[in-house]
Amino acid sequence: MTEAASLRAGVLAMLPLMLGVLPFGLIFGTLAISSGLTPWQGMGMSALVFAGSAQFIALSLLAAGTSIPVLLATTLVINLRHVLYSATVQPGVAHWPRRWRWLLSFMLTDELFAVFSVRLQHEGGSEAMRWYLLGNGLAMYGTWLLATLAGIVLGQQIPDLSQWGLEFAMVATFAAIVGTQLHDRAMLAAALAAGAAALLLRGMPYKLDLILAALAGIVAGLLAENSTTARVVEAKP
Amino acid sequence: MSLWLTILAMGAITFLLRASFVLPGERLRLPPLFRRALRFVPVAVLTALIVPMALAPSGTLDFSWRNPWLAGMLAALLIACATRRTLLAMLLSFAVYSLWRWGPQFF
Repeated sequence: MTEAASLRAGVLAMLPLMLGVLPFGLIFGTLAISSGLTPWQGMGMSALVFAGSAQFIALSLLAAGTSIPVLLATTLVINLRHVLYSATVQPGVAHWPRRWRWLLSFMLTDELFAVFSVRLQHEGGSEAMRWYLLGNGLAMYGTWLLATLAGIVLGQQIPDLSQWGLEFAMVATFAAIVGTQLHDRAMLAAALAAGAAALLLRGMPYKLDLILAALAGIVAGLLAENSTTARVVEAKP
Repeated sequence: MSLWLTILAMGAITFLLRASFVLPGERLRLPPLFRRALRFVPVAVLTALIVPMALAPSGTLDFSWRNPWLAGMLAALLIACATRRTLLAMLLSFAVYSLWRWGPQFF
């Protein structure tokens, strides 16, 4: 694929998730203004932080008059899951030029991770993958900025998107990606354990339930893989 | 002014977390067990994100077959697993979700 074709493929792969974050960006823009941020500060937060859940929680903490150190500590804990994402893509991109790794580090949101990491694990970190990543990143960043801007400018006049079912886009996309990966017993074990743990632990503060559930899934996957390997080894004479 | 500094610090923290493994590049060699574990991260994280959304869309558990989130998620998982075609699975899953959510008012 040419560079332009990879870039285009990267943008296209992001389309459903762009629809999915649209309502969240709009609501963030609206809330930023009603929480007392200036329009520039609202845009600045989306442009510099680029992490939806941390931004929402920051707004509510600022409105409640929380101290800055507590706010920053909260940002750290809520975004801890990104360390897991960073580790997951590391082997595939370790040889990339530094500027591409800087770009990836800035762009590594939940949505980009979902689309990019699975493709990277299958196809490896070729040069075409860099342009694919750029397409993913530009699509997501552009959508987030435009949606925030629309929320800030339109304020309370924004159409109520909550009845359109756009939030389902995230579930549809992530479930489809997971479905294509369930080709061995170990993967299935990882999914079942992570899903069950997420249900049991749901509602824990700071998204800790997500990290713990992911770890449960990883451990279950490794254990299932070991038991399968053990049986294959035993079966051999 | 201090709000701008706060925003900058939030951005720096988020960036450093995302860069933690990516920026060191080839200087960082991950041990074999760690690498094997990483294979499971996308499936584990994505499942952990969507299962509570689908099974408890309004906060309380809803295992009923009338739950459009649950029906849509199961459709996406099964179709993607059977066909390996992500886009097809997403589109059909949207169709199932819409039918479950808005269908009843037409019948």
